[in-house]
Amino acid sequence: MSTGRGPGGTGQRQPPDLGYSEVEQELRANVRALVAARSPQSAVLARTESAEPVDTGLWRALGAELGVTGLAVPEHLGGAGAGWRETAVVLEELGRATAAVPYLGSCVLATAALLAVGDTELLPGVASGERVAALAVPFATAPGAAFPVGVTATGDGLLRGAVGRVADALTADVLLVPALTAEGSPGLWAVRGAAVDPLVSLDMTRPLADLRFDGVPGRLLARGPDALAALDAALTTGAALLAAEQLGVAEWALETTLGYVRTRHQFGRPVGSFQAVKHRLADLWVAVTQLRAVARYAADTVATGSPDAPVAASVAQAFASQVAVTAAEEAVQLHGGIGFTWEHPAHLYLKRAKSASIALGTADRHRARLAGLVDLPYPVQEQQA
Amino acid sequence: MSTAPPAGTPTGTPEYLRAAVQRLLAAHDPAHTPAAEFLGARYDAGLAWIHFPVGSGGLGAPRALQQLVNDEFTAAGAPVLDSGRHGIGLGMAAPTLLAFGDEEIRRRFLRPLWTGEEVWCQLFSEPGAGSDLAALATRAVRDGDHWVVDGQKVWTSLAHEAQWAILVTRTDPNVPKHRGMTYFICDMTAPGVEVRPLRQATGEAEFNEVFLTGVRIPDAHRLGAVGDGWRVATTTLMNERVAIGGHAEPREGGLIGLLAGTWRERPELRTPGLHDALLRLWVDAEAARLTGERLRQQLAAGQPGPEGSAAKLAFARLNQQISGLELELLGEEGLLYDDWTFRRPASPSMLQGTPGYRYLRAKGNSIEGGTSEILRGIIAERVLGLPQEIRVDKDVAWKDLPR
Ligand SMILES: Cc1cc2nc3c(=O)[nH]c(=O)nc-3n(C[C@H](O)[C@H](O)[C@H](O)COP(=O)(O)OP(=O)(O)OC[C@H]3O[C@@H](n4cnc5c(N)ncnc54)[C@H](O)[C@@H]3O)c2cc1C
Repeated sequence: MSTGRGPGGTGQRQPPDLGYSEVEQELRANVRALVAARSPQSAVLARTESAEPVDTGLWRALGAELGVTGLAVPEHLGGAGAGWRETAVVLEELGRATAAVPYLGSCVLATAALLAVGDTELLPGVASGERVAALAVPFATAPGAAFPVGVTATGDGLLRGAVGRVADALTADVLLVPALTAEGSPGLWAVRGAAVDPLVSLDMTRPLADLRFDGVPGRLLARGPDALAALDAALTTGAALLAAEQLGVAEWALETTLGYVRTRHQFGRPVGSFQAVKHRLADLWVAVTQLRAVARYAADTVATGSPDAPVAASVAQAFASQVAVTAAEEAVQLHGGIGFTWEHPAHLYLKRAKSASIALGTADRHRARLAGLVDLPYPVQEQQA
Repeated sequence: MSTAPPAGTPTGTPEYLRAAVQRLLAAHDPAHTPAAEFLGARYDAGLAWIHFPVGSGGLGAPRALQQLVNDEFTAAGAPVLDSGRHGIGLGMAAPTLLAFGDEEIRRRFLRPLWTGEEVWCQLFSEPGAGSDLAALATRAVRDGDHWVVDGQKVWTSLAHEAQWAILVTRTDPNVPKHRGMTYFICDMTAPGVEVRPLRQATGEAEFNEVFLTGVRIPDAHRLGAVGDGWRVATTTLMNERVAIGGHAEPREGGLIGLLAGTWRERPELRTPGLHDALLRLWVDAEAARLTGERLRQQLAAGQPGPEGSAAKLAFARLNQQISGLELELLGEEGLLYDDWTFRRPASPSMLQGTPGYRYLRAKGNSIEGGTSEILRGIIAERVLGLPQEIRVDKDVAWKDLPR
């Protein structure tokens, strides 16, 4: 950020690639086909009401058949040695399907943290999908947030405390827990065997859970600045890539709505022929088109290790949250009564979009973060008379 | 010419183009060469519009590589034309001349257009035909190897500065409106062309009324077939939208940079509400910038599609919101205006104006080049495939339309 025009410079040294490579297109097609076969939309709602809200069948297939659970992990650690751009493509497809798998938690948040600490022990299992890892922070945590203090570790590595509202923890085999050491410095621990209390979540396809640690043994992965950096890498990567998932949600909402208004007739013509409807969908298309550029940029910056990644991630979350929520809300509205009906999937997308808009930092928090990153400082606090 | 591509060279590769740019820069130091001369040399080297044919300012190279060429020239501090003054020529006339002009036309018009020696304007809108451009009434009647044009155009930007105009006329009133139009190049210095300033909300007269009375245009200055003017005009308009909204910009390159600059320099103006609004717009500007960048990467070789409408729509909204916020941020200073005296700018630019001017001028962004409502309609129908509006005038002869 030292050179270039204005704070944040011109952002990057090399022009970012905002498109999709042929390999990425192929990856998309494979994931889409697999998801359609293993987790058809008709089954998604039923699963949310079942005893097993997470789709372990789809999860296994993503790992064992497609090998996409370790896209961001190097080959020598059991991964595919691809990167975050490819991971983002998978997330787009999972968002399109509101698939109930712990991909964001395990393959993005936890994987980014493990990569940052240079772990070699857990990554192979996480990359193959045989193990699910979860980052034990509240799902609403934004990058740059203060280090969590809810859990502390004793000198002999026993963790005590609680973390609330953690995503993708229900099926996790291993938890990555930011916790304070006995001396009060930050650390990151790998933990098995916490108490997991499922919560009733707004997003029925991504259940949250509360975690309790009652003197559970943990293995220290990193301490001090390394632990802070790992947590920040996880949250920044997560925020950047969540935009891809939000793009998938928004695309589904737009496409499904377009299909509906073309065929639904009222007043003797398709409702999509009314200008009030057409103009709203045109605006939505513009927004989704913009979101694609924003999400691709965010994925590209984390993939290339660009110094602009924190800005890109915050831009992505400030922008994607609003677009995905609008898209889902428009889908509900323009489907009329059927859009408000439990059996129609629109509400699953609305719930996914709205909770994703809070996840990893609300748009407002990301704008506040941008204020610092791009030098648009807060007003000086006025003295209250 | 030393910078012309040697025969048999693969002119479409980045390596070739970079080398060609460097050769040109070596032969014409941009710091010491007058702009028009430099641009002329760039045109002759085929480095103006590289996808244009050899002899027309291009090399027949892939359009995707244009940005690379532009970036190299920018890095070397080479001159570029002022888009306020030459936007219509570069963005709209040039691609239309390329698509529909013969060899003769291209040879006559493209070079002085590129060097900035000749300014162009666009004689499309009329008092009775704006959004519904195909309803226009300006008549062109054939007279031997000439056409005689009578009518009135309006809101014509820079007509007072232009040597040439792209002009759409009605040549057959007896067929439905889209089928009876013909497209011409009009000499703005020809007898019978009268330009009267039309003052706009900003106080200045950037646009004009243009009265055409018995103006004689040679048939050689016709673009496209007689009656095919709508198709030619559509090419112009597609390019217009891309020209307006689809250029690559650095972060904070547009109006947002001015607003952010004021925020940074004037802490006393800051309030929490404005801060939130500023950050929202900063994010939106970044989204628009990245979208333009992605559009460019994607369009690469192809012709501009309706996606340009999206860029133009977003750009208009953004400019209006940013310039509105800028006035609020300035508070008391926002109560003032710089100058209401009547002016006829030679080179309008929002970035050089004052905040009050920017606020007012931005209101034109959602009207000029197709209103935002029309653009939404284009996106809905051509991109999203939604049913067309009911057309009551589609099969009616133009002369029988209610007016
Ligand atoms: C600054 C500026 C510069 C310009 N420069 C030029 C120039 O150089 N050359 C040139 O030829 N023209 C120029 N124009 C004219 C411009 O192209 C027209 O003003 C524009 O196309 C709109 O036409 P109109 O003014 O007749 O508005 P109208 O078409 O009368 O529109 C009035 C309102 O109705 C809405 N409307 C119209 N039809 C529909 C529809 N089907 N659905 C929904 N809403 C609709 C419009 O969006 C608008 O809000 C310029 C305009 C401005 C403001």
